Amino acid sequence: MTATAVRPGAREAAPAPSKRRKSMGAAERLWHASPLTYITLLAAVALSIFPLYYMFVIATRTNDAVGQTPPPITPGGEIGSNVDRLVNNEGAAFMTGLVNSAIVATVVTVFVVFFSSLAGFAFAKLRFQGRNGLMLAILITMMVPTQLGIVPLYQMMYEWDLHNKLPSVILPFLVSGFGVFMMRQYASQAVPDELIEAARMDGCSTFRTYWNVVLPGLRPAIAVLGLFTFMEQWNSFLWPQIALGDPLNPTVQLSLQRLSQGYYNDYSQVFAGTLLSVVPLLVIFIIFGRQIIGGIMEGAVKA
Amino acid sequence: MLGRLDIKYSPYLYIAPFFVVFGIFGLWPLIYTLRMSLYDWDLGSTVETAKFVGLDNFVMFLKDDDFWNSVVNTLALFLMSTVPQLILALILANALNKRLRGRTLLRMGVLIPNITSVAAVSIVFTQLYSRDFGLINWLLGLVGIDPIEWQAHSWSSWVAISSMVDWRWTGYNALIFLAAMQSIPRDIYESASLDGASSWRQFWTMTVPMLRPTIIFVTIISTIGGLQLYGEPLLFTGGGNPLLGGSDRQSQTVTMFLMEQFYMKFELGRAATVAWLLFIMILVFSVINFLFTRSLRSADGTAKKKKVKR
Repeated sequence: MTATAVRPGAREAAPAPSKRRKSMGAAERLWHASPLTYITLLAAVALSIFPLYYMFVIATRTNDAVGQTPPPITPGGEIGSNVDRLVNNEGAAFMTGLVNSAIVATVVTVFVVFFSSLAGFAFAKLRFQGRNGLMLAILITMMVPTQLGIVPLYQMMYEWDLHNKLPSVILPFLVSGFGVFMMRQYASQAVPDELIEAARMDGCSTFRTYWNVVLPGLRPAIAVLGLFTFMEQWNSFLWPQIALGDPLNPTVQLSLQRLSQGYYNDYSQVFAGTLLSVVPLLVIFIIFGRQIIGGIMEGAVKA
Repeated sequence: MLGRLDIKYSPYLYIAPFFVVFGIFGLWPLIYTLRMSLYDWDLGSTVETAKFVGLDNFVMFLKDDDFWNSVVNTLALFLMSTVPQLILALILANALNKRLRGRTLLRMGVLIPNITSVAAVSIVFTQLYSRDFGLINWLLGLVGIDPIEWQAHSWSSWVAISSMVDWRWTGYNALIFLAAMQSIPRDIYESASLDGASSWRQFWTMTVPMLRPTIIFVTIISTIGGLQLYGEPLLFTGGGNPLLGGSDRQSQTVTMFLMEQFYMKFELGRAATVAWLLFIMILVFSVINFLFTRSLRSADGTAKKKKVKR
């Protein structure tokens, strides 16, 4: 699929300061970060953070502040009352949305990680007939956009009486072709064949081998797949909008949409909602930022 | 005995969950969508009552101005959100590839837009673009430009919506490019700079051509994502009936058009038709992109050869 193959353990080798040369040669200068480099990067970081900062500013201001000229750019102290209005806004069902999204994203993440690592292990380390053909089939499924299935899927959920219920947004996403592929790539290189053989010699069943030997070895890939699955589910929009038509049982994204369209006069309330919807993701990002970046860069995520 | 069975059959058991779940929720709806697209099928229809119309739905949409309008919007949004994004990502990656202080923080800084939610981003940007109180119109006012009603025209909607997509994905793609850049052997740069090639020239004649496979991949992924744009334009449009993309359908994308057939008009057969048209569109543009990015390769390849000769 791509050139960026998974290279577990191949930490990105940043240009280490060369100690061989005392003066700065032409080659040295190549990796030297000029002031312009820093200016470019800092400008990019500032632009990246600004909308989030602005979200925070409006969420902590009174609604009147939004209409000021020039627009406000420093935070205020009104976050409490804004969140209050948000939480008590029954039409928006924001807290229900927050809880629903947490449930959906967590359940889907656990299943995707489990099924993907199990299948990835089988494809990478076990021999069986049709292995390559079946793997190819999984890769092809990655090409299919969600849009293609939504109409019949909607009817299906309706018939099974799952419409407006959380299983309707969970069930279709319990497996991920991308996840299987990623786990296969990682397992084939991070888990040595000798280890699997040794486990077999000791009389481990294949499942015990998976559970005791393979799974611990897959930990970095699992962390990344888990985080990305969680974020994808947290952000999912189109299908939940169809499947959860009941305004009182939304996901957090749907609640935000209703908030922004129904209460557009109360910006500070809406922005308090956007802030709360982003905070869980930001917390995850701050804790696992290094792993997320490592995961993206090892190509595992994109491969 | 048990061990033998285990080794022979358990792999199938381990991959079965994928095929079972995908079969029910992926493959079956896909086939059913194809079938529905050939019928006049509304909310109350069943297999028995729906009327078979062959390719009529497809023909109807291909003659429908509103459908083509959504195609134009989608393509414009896709171009405006992909091209600047990839160029900026390349430049950022090149900067991140230097020896830097605070490397992890800088990387996290450019990635942070990707960790936000679609609805939150759209709401914030929509406010930034608002006509009366928006920061952007205020800034434009400082240089003497009259306030723009961003939702009112196609071109301005494209600018606003694609800026959201650019904002969200540039840093992410920069990290992908950075990873690929780090796999390029460093000595070729050293000999090039000994030959006196400027760093700008090295970037365009060495780095970019060598990143080709990654560029192709990122472009195709962005194509697939860009052609499916939905959440951002929907929230940006706002108003009474956001699915239409505004009173003149200024910002209606193909997926919004699909949802109009499905969720407003309850024309399920037609919605299924639009889904297939969208899928075909994605396939066609992925192939075009692939050929286009591959042709960049040969142009650069010859340029590189010339350089070596010198």
